[in-house]
Amino acid sequence: MQVKELMLQAEKNRKRLVEVVEIAKAGHIGGGLSSMNMLTALYFRVMHVDPKNPKWADRDRFVMSKGHCVEALYSVLEARGFIPKELTDTYGQFNTPLAGHPTIEVPGIEVNSGALGHGLPIGVGMAIAAKMDAKSWHTYVLMGDGEQGEGSIYEAAMAGSHYKLDNLVAIIDRNGLQISDTTENVMALEPIADRWRAFGWDVQDINGDDMQAIVDAFDRIDYAAGKPHLIISRTTKGRGVSLMENVLKWHHGVPTDEEYRKAVEEIDARIESLTK
Amino acid sequence: MEIKSVPCRKSFTDTLLELAKKDKNIVVVTTDARGSVTLTDFFKELPAQAVECGIAEQDAVGIAAGLAQSGKNTFVCGPACFYVARSLEQVKVDVAYSQNPVKILGVSGGVAYGALGATHHSLHDIAVLRTFPGMNIYLPCDARETRKLVQALVKSPVAGYVRVGRNAVPDVYENDDFPFELGKATTLLEGDDLTIIACGETVYHALQAGKRLHAQGIKTRVLDMHTLKPADEEAILKAARETGRILTVEEHSRYGGLGAIVAELTAEHCPVKMRILGIPDENAIHGKPLEIFHHYKLDAEGIYETALDLVK
Repeated sequence: MQVKELMLQAEKNRKRLVEVVEIAKAGHIGGGLSSMNMLTALYFRVMHVDPKNPKWADRDRFVMSKGHCVEALYSVLEARGFIPKELTDTYGQFNTPLAGHPTIEVPGIEVNSGALGHGLPIGVGMAIAAKMDAKSWHTYVLMGDGEQGEGSIYEAAMAGSHYKLDNLVAIIDRNGLQISDTTENVMALEPIADRWRAFGWDVQDINGDDMQAIVDAFDRIDYAAGKPHLIISRTTKGRGVSLMENVLKWHHGVPTDEEYRKAVEEIDARIESLTK
Repeated sequence: MEIKSVPCRKSFTDTLLELAKKDKNIVVVTTDARGSVTLTDFFKELPAQAVECGIAEQDAVGIAAGLAQSGKNTFVCGPACFYVARSLEQVKVDVAYSQNPVKILGVSGGVAYGALGATHHSLHDIAVLRTFPGMNIYLPCDARETRKLVQALVKSPVAGYVRVGRNAVPDVYENDDFPFELGKATTLLEGDDLTIIACGETVYHALQAGKRLHAQGIKTRVLDMHTLKPADEEAILKAARETGRILTVEEHSRYGGLGAIVAELTAEHCPVKMRILGIPDENAIHGKPLEIFHHYKLDAEGIYETALDLVK
């Protein structure tokens, strides 16, 4: 997909995300909205995946390390054809296979996640496996910025660099907020780009609210660079629903009927303008 | 105690290296523990199938899960005390919950690092890991059994934890001609007065005690419970029904391990008189492993005395 199509798809995915949270009466909506551009770009442009054959041996791998934002992932997997709408609609119901964090019971999900700081080590293992077998598939790991407090990430940062894993792309959804406050008030992360460069990573610091910037960032990646890649995707928590943007309480939350109506109205307006 | 064989950890890695030479899909992961695990030869001979993570157990278990998820037959190897503590969440989520069939080799387990203190003891591993769905647990008793275990594990599609000690131990099995099946206890002595069930390094001591009891006319059954999960429930209940008394022996906390496995099962289906030998609720005393075994009655003498008390 080209940039404009991706923007439209991201808005459709946002609308579905808000709907899924509304149906289930549960969800980490703020971080789902902030990472939706990135998820859409990955599944609709960057990654080689086959919804008809989710276990295709040469597929690119994706690990949702910020597993709490699973509703965003379900929305994208549905849009991409991995799971039917009827299944997504069961989210939040008794005994549904769709848990509040990713599980391998869902087609297209590679590992169970939700405990923070686990995704990057797993991604390093996947990338090493691809290197061992001289395979050309890539591994993508989406982390949160609050998650950057977990020490295991830096163990994996060292290993990714040590093993020159240029087939590995880590992404930080840098929306600046975590559950109790701004990341900088809870445990400061800046200068985050310098820190990752010091670990030996190829770092791009981009505006993740801008689809063009995301597309350009992936186009710039040199998968033969001899070092792993990190995209710091600076986003707005709650992106696309103005009443939720940069508001702490929307880390997780269910909109009221009125809030839901407003959210859908805003997204619909953007869908309409992007469809013209 | 006559020692003829290599330590179990060496038997494990020698067997794995032999199998990995024929199957490049077998890979090992370690955490600056090539020497203590005895993986030096593996890294020298098959560097493309070996991953060093440095001192970073959480990373190592995550990496092992990623490798296994990508189809590699993965063995992550290092001191038991760290893998089942520092990286416990990775074992729970990335391996067990995610159904990645990683095999974890925990070396120098139990009180093998006796004098180093409780930081280096792993007396909780059975209790903790048996509550993780999708995680099997094995404590082989000697070098030959360890070899057979590795041969079986490379074909097992389920995640597993293997705990072995550090030093070489006396042979329980004098040659390779003995039955071994994952999940099936091996009967070392037959008897119907009482049963001693042991696992790991305590099996040898249980066998010596059993022989001494037989010499006293107490017909003692001795079971080698090398698989703690799934435990051989049939063998346990058969022992309960046929011998009416069970003594369990483990290099582990008295809470939640082999004794608990047997007690939980028999309490529901066939209550019997029991004694549980293990480490009580205290930090194990410092000393050489065999001194510690003696102190907590995990050696032949302590088992013998406890058995006599049980049949009184």
